[in-house]
Amino acid sequence: MENYYDPADLPKFAEIGKEAPELAKKFFDYYGQVFAEGELTEREKALIALAVAHTVQCPYCIDAYTRACLEKGSNLGEMTEALHVVTAIRGGASLVHGMQMRRIAEKISM
Amino acid sequence: MKQEEPRQEPAGSRRSDLPAQDGAFSQSLQGHGLELVRGETHTLQVNVGLLCNQACRHCHLEAGPTRREVMSRATMNDVIAYARRVRFEVIDITGGAPEMVPDIEYLIGELAPLTPRLMLRSNLTALGQEGRERLLELCVRQRVVIVSSFPATNPGQTDSQRGQGVWEQSIAMLRRLNEEGYGIEGSGLELDLVANPAGAFLPTSQQEAERKFKRDLERKFGIVFNHIYTFANMPLGRFRAWLEKSGNYRPYMEKLAQSFNPCTVSGLMCRTLVSVSWDGYLYDCDFNQAEGLPLGGEKIHVAMMPGLPEPGTPIAVGDHCYACTAGSGFT
Repeated sequence: MENYYDPADLPKFAEIGKEAPELAKKFFDYYGQVFAEGELTEREKALIALAVAHTVQCPYCIDAYTRACLEKGSNLGEMTEALHVVTAIRGGASLVHGMQMRRIAEKISM
Repeated sequence: MKQEEPRQEPAGSRRSDLPAQDGAFSQSLQGHGLELVRGETHTLQVNVGLLCNQACRHCHLEAGPTRREVMSRATMNDVIAYARRVRFEVIDITGGAPEMVPDIEYLIGELAPLTPRLMLRSNLTALGQEGRERLLELCVRQRVVIVSSFPATNPGQTDSQRGQGVWEQSIAMLRRLNEEGYGIEGSGLELDLVANPAGAFLPTSQQEAERKFKRDLERKFGIVFNHIYTFANMPLGRFRAWLEKSGNYRPYMEKLAQSFNPCTVSGLMCRTLVSVSWDGYLYDCDFNQAEGLPLGGEKIHVAMMPGLPEPGTPIAVGDHCYACTAGSGFT
């Protein structure tokens, strides 16, 4: 394998439980419950997952949740807007820390 | 217009390296102890031709503007006579774009009194073309149910599947249909939508799609409709050619096969429907028509059909049937 990321890894995700099956089971049970219909629809949850996948920069998750969003009835416009939401938060989070920079700079500046 | 035998093997149906080889679907049925046989037939589907003003990338029949196969008046009369002999609960006129068939008004006018529910599959853009006002008036007068293809609530995915500019024309026509009373509660004029996924992925559930499309279309465009039907794209014809060209064929077939849901088999439309091709021959469904798999294994013309197909008779299957049995199925 010449790349760190291999798309063939995604369908093998369950194999991660081979060395610690009980922990894996707990994780996958939790995972399944999280994405089941609740106060939010499965479609809305998939959109959140897609957006977060981009912020954590997980190519497996981007692959899986792009497909999931389309299959759960989201359109590309909604998927793109979801990315802008996390981009705004991510960018805003950097920018708002600028207040620390300003406070420190003011403290040590004449 | 041409009156010819249907092509036995459309360009998009050539065989390639199949992940699910022909016969895999039969094996899936056998593996679950199931047989696909006819129930009580109550629906007549009439495919009036392959001529269409659009050349959608998912079309299993490869319909389009260059196709010349349309139903003749003589074949229409054979279909009308059959509908008179049998009295179907539902008659479903499809194509191509049925609006473009020269004698379509005649067919609608003759079939409407013979069934409580006459459906016309419209791609919206053909119905909206200049000169089709009389056809729309006829549909209103005869209370014809209009079933329109409308794959997505955004322009990009719609135009990508159905052609540039289709979105705008479709929205305009849906508004026009609403003005006529179609889709309006209490009007008696039913407007349904059909949404096929805009690519090599499965559709969402009908319940979820209906909730979302209704909310989006009303909020953004003031458009209302009655029901939506979501169907997986059939790996035949132009869609199959696109799957192969884009490298999606194998994963798509694997996905369909993995999503095989035995619970869908008892409710498949082929169990209760008989489909007539533009030249008058009988099939179990429109997809078997595209594959050249005739009803009962031999070509029977509608003029020679005495009544309904016998309940319990086997239905011809192929691996394309996975598209109707994936997930929540083809209802």
